[in-house]
Amino acid sequence: MSGAHRHDSECKRIFALLSEYLDAELPADSCDQIEAHLKDCPPCLEFLESLRRTIELCRGFEPGELPGPLAESVRRELRERYEKALRARESQGAA
Amino acid sequence: MTGPAGPVFATMAAVATLGAGESQQQEVELARRLVAGEPGAFERFVELFRNKVFQYSLLMCGHREDAEEVAQDALFKVFEKLDQLREPERIRPWVFRIARNACLMKRRKSVFAPAQELSLDELMPQAGDDGGQRKLEIADWSALPEDHALRAELRRVVREAIEELPEIYKTVLILRDIEGLSTAEAAEVLEVSEEVVKTRLHRARLAIRQKLDWYLRSRRGEKPAERAN
Repeated sequence: MSGAHRHDSECKRIFALLSEYLDAELPADSCDQIEAHLKDCPPCLEFLESLRRTIELCRGFEPGELPGPLAESVRRELRERYEKALRARESQGAA
Repeated sequence: MTGPAGPVFATMAAVATLGAGESQQQEVELARRLVAGEPGAFERFVELFRNKVFQYSLLMCGHREDAEEVAQDALFKVFEKLDQLREPERIRPWVFRIARNACLMKRRKSVFAPAQELSLDELMPQAGDDGGQRKLEIADWSALPEDHALRAELRRVVREAIEELPEIYKTVLILRDIEGLSTAEAAEVLEVSEEVVKTRLHRARLAIRQKLDWYLRSRRGEKPAERAN
C-alpha cells in the first residue's frame, strides 16, 4: 500500500477476505497476496488483529444458561421414540 | 500493533486451529454408541444435545420459554428420525438442521422478522489522517480488559452484539464460531452454499467487532466515529 494510503480498492478487496484468511480457507496464492499487502499496510494489519481478537471472543463465548430439568413424561416419550428407532434400525439391518 | 509482520501472521494462523475438534470427536463417538443402543448413551445424548439446542435457540429466539420448547420439539424429532441417521460422524449438522427448523417453526408462530442485510461498507472502519500517515479510527485492541469484572462486561457486550445480529447472520455465527461446525456443515444446516456461509460469517464477525470497538473506545472516553448499522 502506498504512503498516502486510503481505502483503495486493494484494501477493500482484502477487507472482504479477512475471515476466510483467518479461517485458513483461502488458496495459498490468495494468502500470499494478502500477506504481501499486510506487510506494507499497517492499518489493514491493525484491523486484522482486531478481527482475530473478535473471533477468539466469539469462540470463547459460553451462553451459560441451561434449560430447566427435563420433565419425566418428556423423558419417557423420548425414550419410547428412541427404542422404536432402534427397532427400526435393526429391522433395516436384517432386511 | 504494527509490529513486524512475521510473528503476527504466526499468531493469525493459530486462529484457524481453535475450535471444537476434541468435543466433536466425543460427540461423534456418542452418536455411534447411541445408534448401537449402548447403555448410558441415550441419557448422555439427551443431556448434551438438549443443552446445545437450548442455547442455540435461546440466542436465536431470545426467550427462555421458546428455547425450552424448541429444544424439546427438536429432540422429539431427532429420536423420531434416528433410524434415518446413516452417518454418525454427521451428528452435529444433522441435529442442528432439525433444531433450526424447530426454531423457524417457533418464530413463524410468534413474530415475522424481515431479512435484514449487513453492508460491508458500513462495517469498514473510517480512516483518518495522522501527520500524513493513514490511521484507522479504531480502538486499541492490544489492551482488552484482563480484570475479571471487565472480562465479564466484555462477555456481556459480546452476548448483546450476537443477540442484535440479524437472524441470517446470527445463525451462521452461532453454528460456526460457537458450536464449531465447519463451513460445509453450516451450509448443510442452513441449506445455502458454502460461499453464502462465508459471506454471512464475515459480516457477522465484522458487526460484532464494530460493537466491541465502540465499547472499547467508549471505555477510554473516545467517541466512536464508525457509522451505526
